[in-house]
Amino acid sequence: MMQARVAFGGAIHAAVPHGEHALRLADGRVVAQDAVTWLAPFEVGTIIALGLNYADHAKELSFGAQEEPLAFLKGPGSIVGHRSQTRRPNGVKYMHYECELAVVIGRSAHRVTRATAMGHVAGYCIANDYAIRDYLENYYRPNLRVKNRDGGTVLGPWLVDAADVPDVRDLGLRTYVNGELRQQGNTRDLIFDIPSLIEYLSGFMTLDTGDVILTGTPEGVSNVDAGDEVACEIDGLGRLVNTLVSDTVFDR
Amino acid sequence: MVSSWARLDVSPFRLSGTVYGALLNHNSALEALGSAVNAPPYGAPPRAPILYIKPRNTLVGPGHAVEVPTGCDALEIGACLGVVIGRTASRLTPGTALDHVAGYLIVDDISLPHASYYRPSLRFKARDGFCPMGAFVPRAVVADPDCLTIDTFVDDVRVASASTAGAVRKVAQLLADVTDFMTLAPGDVLATGVAAPAPRARAGQAVRIEISLLGSLRHTLVEEGA
Repeated sequence: MMQARVAFGGAIHAAVPHGEHALRLADGRVVAQDAVTWLAPFEVGTIIALGLNYADHAKELSFGAQEEPLAFLKGPGSIVGHRSQTRRPNGVKYMHYECELAVVIGRSAHRVTRATAMGHVAGYCIANDYAIRDYLENYYRPNLRVKNRDGGTVLGPWLVDAADVPDVRDLGLRTYVNGELRQQGNTRDLIFDIPSLIEYLSGFMTLDTGDVILTGTPEGVSNVDAGDEVACEIDGLGRLVNTLVSDTVFDR
Repeated sequence: MVSSWARLDVSPFRLSGTVYGALLNHNSALEALGSAVNAPPYGAPPRAPILYIKPRNTLVGPGHAVEVPTGCDALEIGACLGVVIGRTASRLTPGTALDHVAGYLIVDDISLPHASYYRPSLRFKARDGFCPMGAFVPRAVVADPDCLTIDTFVDDVRVASASTAGAVRKVAQLLADVTDFMTLAPGDVLATGVAAPAPRARAGQAVRIEISLLGSLRHTLVEEGA
């Protein structure tokens, strides 16, 4: 099952796809996909993100072998949904998208092993985890000013049940900027795969329903500018679209 | 007047928001790094506030027995002032920032000791139970959050004493700089920074943190699995 969470007619609704351009709300109404405001498809708990978890991207950033996953945390204020706008501050030189497979926890996980880890996964969605390199400082990398900006984490469009993703170890990821293919990868190239990440994280922090793991991005990040439309695709999970806007839109 | 956490939340103890912490926001912490800030891997002193997150699995109330992981000799006790957000805080100016504050509380931002601030493992700060917090105190009780004394006691012996007067960014300025790029929501907590050197405590010991006007926060440390 693919499920969205949308605002429509003054309320928040669960919705499922209805043909290519419509949604069916839980109350039976069928509405056009562009007539709703898309929210993150689930109530987001702790947001854990992985840095440099694809061999090619790690190489792209001249990064050597890792002893343990490079995980960091993000706050819920950074989350926006499908078809949202994200601010690109005027004057920054390098702001880039990161298409990532997001793993949504469905059942509390405390010290689980690889063997049972996947039983704690509710489903998957697409994440676009923007970064602004201009703000990178060498303390607690990547610092929140780079990675936890308002509107800097796009999630959606759908939460797809784990049961409906036949092989999460072989999903293609693609990012298009204004229709041009800029980033491409496959989850088979994850350095730490999903069971390893759940085993690692749950070994010191109890994961709970709604917690989400952004599993990292493959090579092919590039600068994007205000006005650009960024679309992230993952096989079987849909297409997550977001537009960059300038300071003017935010009255800055 | 010190009101209970119950007004903001219900048992099991959980905050309604997210807890953010400011790193190196006490002059003593920056001085402890000394000239290292200009050497690799840092390369330059911090410019913007350096923040981290204490996730919900770390949040515990007073009296909690915090587990010291096997193989770890002692934990770093991170006594600090926590600012509780009362109104949605975005793009604040220092002049009016405190209007968005509901109140204050004592935070113990516990860490596994680690020497490098470059890219510390999540394990060091995000472990279950690593963020005990004290009772909520309304803003009206604290006329000036920038002159509070913070004392840390281990087994009733005072092991550290600092003042919020030593903050690099005082509370209003910190709120202004943070909310320039990330909105803070009601119920969020911003821990304003630990002074150096942070004391350590071992399993079997009792920790007490006192902050003027805020009372005290007590918790214990126990061996993992105890």
